[in-house]
Amino acid sequence: MALNTHANLARPDDFYEALIEMHQGLDDAQSQAVNAQLILLLANHIGDYATLCEAMDYARAASMGSKIGAT
Amino acid sequence: MGTDYQSLSFEYQRCNEQQESQEQPGITHPVVVVGAGPVGLATAIDLAQQGIEVVLVDDDCILSSGSRAICFSKRSLDIFDRLGCGQRMVDKGVRWNVGKVFLQDNMVYSFDLLPESGHQRPAFINLQQYYVEGFLLDRALQLPNLEIRWKNKVVGLEQDSDGVSLTIDTPDGTYTLRARYVVAADGSRSPVRNLMGLDSKGRIFKDRFLIADVKMEAEFPTERWFWFDPPFHPNQSVLLHRQPDNVWRIDFQLGWDADPVLEKTPERVIPRVQALLGRDAKFELEWVSVYTFSCLRMDKFRHGSVLFAGDSAHGVSPFGARGANSGIQDAENLAWKLAAVLKGQAPDALLDSYAQEREYAADENIRNSTRSTDFITPKSAISRVFRDAVLRLAAQHPFARQLVNSGRLSVPAVLHDSALNTPDRDDFSGNMVPGAPCVDAPLQENAEPGWLLPQLGQEFTALLFCDAKNLHPCIDKAMQAIAAAELPVRLVAVVSDMADAAVLTTVPGVRILHDADGVAAKRYDAQPGTCYLIRPDQHVVARWRNPDRSDMRDALRRALCADAAT
Repeated sequence: MALNTHANLARPDDFYEALIEMHQGLDDAQSQAVNAQLILLLANHIGDYATLCEAMDYARAASMGSKIGAT
Repeated sequence: MGTDYQSLSFEYQRCNEQQESQEQPGITHPVVVVGAGPVGLATAIDLAQQGIEVVLVDDDCILSSGSRAICFSKRSLDIFDRLGCGQRMVDKGVRWNVGKVFLQDNMVYSFDLLPESGHQRPAFINLQQYYVEGFLLDRALQLPNLEIRWKNKVVGLEQDSDGVSLTIDTPDGTYTLRARYVVAADGSRSPVRNLMGLDSKGRIFKDRFLIADVKMEAEFPTERWFWFDPPFHPNQSVLLHRQPDNVWRIDFQLGWDADPVLEKTPERVIPRVQALLGRDAKFELEWVSVYTFSCLRMDKFRHGSVLFAGDSAHGVSPFGARGANSGIQDAENLAWKLAAVLKGQAPDALLDSYAQEREYAADENIRNSTRSTDFITPKSAISRVFRDAVLRLAAQHPFARQLVNSGRLSVPAVLHDSALNTPDRDDFSGNMVPGAPCVDAPLQENAEPGWLLPQLGQEFTALLFCDAKNLHPCIDKAMQAIAAAELPVRLVAVVSDMADAAVLTTVPGVRILHDADGVAAKRYDAQPGTCYLIRPDQHVVARWRNPDRSDMRDALRRALCADAAT
């Protein structure tokens, strides 16, 4: 099962708003924790180890060589 | 050279009410529209075209100063077509369909707002607001039942059961103007709203933007370009967009701490523009403005005999072009309803549906505009983290591009839950559900190429699909259904094949059009016998595979709130 990186979200703008809303009122540590818990929940839903590794590779690669968000 | 609409100034003239002696009460006008901006002009023109006498008052005597709203959507163009000035807008405007989003030096995403052919009008034109107002004004001046009163400022308002008395201030002092209904299209700071003690509530965004409209000869394509964090304006966003007359809109995000007075000075603006265009670029500053914005709306758009439309009723951020475009849709929604009520074809309750439908549309516009703003200007650290993550992924991974939000550009609301709709009884697929604005399609009339939308609207229209073989029985049946209705309904027949063209063109009172490419049938999921009932504002209100005799009458009664208590 290859990772699907094509548009697959049924309601992208609704999802994105809900994602940001999920963090409403949390401090940085709480937000980090919530993100980690969300990743674990979604990872379990995906299940397949190779797919998860592929996603992790892409996520890490996107942060290399880009200065946006760098502090 | 065309007219320089920005330099026009219109003369104040004494009106009838001011000639009368103080003791005599003036006549009651059916409708007074307050505000001669795009929304007020569109409302007044639409009403006048419907045969309603209108007085349009404006506290000033000039058109828009500065380009201001520049993006006019396909839906607005369709409305301007019906108002008789669409072609001038399109001829002068710059057409565009494509938008590009850049992150730093790289394009991450490109979108086409109208990827399919078979539409008369483009997804958008860019046109300075003063041209839009000028073309609407030229059209308004052709209508004998539309009177414009410049330098007439509303300073008082009183409602009673029969209408509204406005106190109007003029260079000659005040007078009283009576109206059965008042349309307040007097802008975001609406004096009418303030006089009534009402407000428009919502979110104010803590960010400042600089608009620099520059005149230059440039090689950029006619596309909407949006940069996140470009090298020439780090950590902020920039929008570049073309207007007619070689004017380019450049919109720089400045941040909340920017000094709005200082940032408007040429000494500050010119280096920002040079950073984008290059140090040797030749350009002139056409119009400069520093703005903030808020997303807000009034709780109710109707207060008795006063109806609010456009910026007076709702406000959005500029990202998405949902301000002027939604106001023009307000105007169109309101005009036919006011006309129907004033002609005695519908009870006053029909006007409640204006408020309900356009409040719903305003919520949709505000939601989209707020989301764009939250993406462009993240409101929390974590929101910024996700925004940047989306942008970083978008260059490589298609899925992330749909999350990039530099403005979800104006599309008209589908009025799914409107009480005026007759819910589907038959099975249909596709987008043309009750409450949807009609989409266009190419059609032929007498072998000449034409379009569907110009055939629809202004009055209720039955759009009938049939094949040539059964054309006459099909039309006879539809005519009987129309005859049972309480209002005149125009009949437009769309024929899938033209077996015998001579026969087809000879049905009196029926427009017969040929769907040579089958596009109309496809877009309306039509089979022979399918019939749509279309509102005067070109929205689908009912549809059937094979309507019974009473269907049309019942649907029309529902669309006019005919059974509401008066």
